[in-house]
Amino acid sequence: MSSSNREFIYRRLHSLLGVIPVGGFLIIHLSVNWFATRGVEEYNRAAAFMEALPFRYVLEALFIFLPLIFHAVYGLYIAFQARNNTSNFSYFRNWMFRLQRITGVLVLIFVTWHVWETRVAAAFGAEVNFNMMEEIVANPAALIAYIIGITATTFHFANGLWSFAITWGITVSPKSQRIATFVTMGIFAALTFVGIRSILAFVGV
Amino acid sequence: MTTETANKTIELIIVRQEDPESKSYEEKFSIPYRPNMNVISALMEIRRNPVNKEGQNTTPVAWDASCLEEVCGACSMVINGKPRQSCTALIDKLEQPIRLEPMNTFPVMRDLTVDRSRMFDSLKRVKAWVPIDGTYDLGPGPRMPEAKRQWAYELSKCMSCGVCLQACPNVNDKSDFIGPAAISQVRLFNAHPTGAMHKAERLQTLMDGDGGLSNCGNSQNCVEACPKEIPLTTSIAAMNRATTLQSFKNFFGSDNTA
Repeated sequence: MSSSNREFIYRRLHSLLGVIPVGGFLIIHLSVNWFATRGVEEYNRAAAFMEALPFRYVLEALFIFLPLIFHAVYGLYIAFQARNNTSNFSYFRNWMFRLQRITGVLVLIFVTWHVWETRVAAAFGAEVNFNMMEEIVANPAALIAYIIGITATTFHFANGLWSFAITWGITVSPKSQRIATFVTMGIFAALTFVGIRSILAFVGV
Repeated sequence: MTTETANKTIELIIVRQEDPESKSYEEKFSIPYRPNMNVISALMEIRRNPVNKEGQNTTPVAWDASCLEEVCGACSMVINGKPRQSCTALIDKLEQPIRLEPMNTFPVMRDLTVDRSRMFDSLKRVKAWVPIDGTYDLGPGPRMPEAKRQWAYELSKCMSCGVCLQACPNVNDKSDFIGPAAISQVRLFNAHPTGAMHKAERLQTLMDGDGGLSNCGNSQNCVEACPKEIPLTTSIAAMNRATTLQSFKNFFGSDNTA
């Protein structure tokens, strides 16, 4: 047993980065997506505004990509360390534990694909606008993948908030943890609505 | 024995293992029914007459037991999928065939006997005691408020039975996680007025090294499984808060030793 507290710091960092900044970014991203429900013009204006932010590459690296990569890589390590036992212990929280790990892996696959199709395509000269997303989700398989990906992301974030509150010692009593379950599942429902309503705007619903 | 119970049997499937290295296998047993039996008395019946369901002679099943009143923790095993004490597992309340397995989170020694040494190693790691030994009498310690004594008493009921470790998805061969029991003991000894004098040191044992407090993934199986109904998840969350504060003190502060 080593005497350093490296693992403790990594775990706490993993918990923190999932909320700040990655979770914060998710909320901003979903909010910007909502412009799609207001039409092509509004959406393109919002996308252009985000793209024109000063110090964009620094902001993207520091507040999105680096924390996201750490959270994803260390999260995979955590997920594969578990031996899931929901067959013998089919309690609600044990299922949530398992779903957190399943959605974590799903989100990593989804986000990699999403970044590939949008940011990497943009780096090769494609323009990020309403038209780009419209073309992607014109394929029904891609639309379904987006709906699954968005739901997995909002679940992972909302349920992650619940365990964040325990990890940092905010919700200690069983009552506060129970109420946190309701609050975070409310956040899950609200963010899923925002995400799916926005993606459907690209197929004209 | 009444005629009603004369032909009744108890069906058991037991996961057996010759020694720590050999492979496990299942053996079926069918033993005569008696009223008010528990899993221990069923195992004693097999020991008295070690014949399996097929009528072949076999070795008696090995298991651990001591107090027979659910306070020592020795007779823990997995009964119909759930880890619990076999002394309080009443045959009349179990679905048959009754499946008995060793708690395989621990090294299996033979049949249902496991080596729970890691429970005790963990107590040593977290310094789950109040150090008062010295060269002179220190006199009486500070008083403990009654309200605090009451909840601390609940934590003191832990018998190191290992059920919470068996139920935890993060305690396994791929992870070093210390498990809920020892974490709860840190809360207990840090609540003790004299024990609190070494509070920071105990919290440090949960932060240092691999497999400490932060390996908890909040599946909360432990609190469901604990036979003594110890609020293990509350203890874990309370230690999360205490280590958050302690790590801030360590990094930013100066008075970080107590």
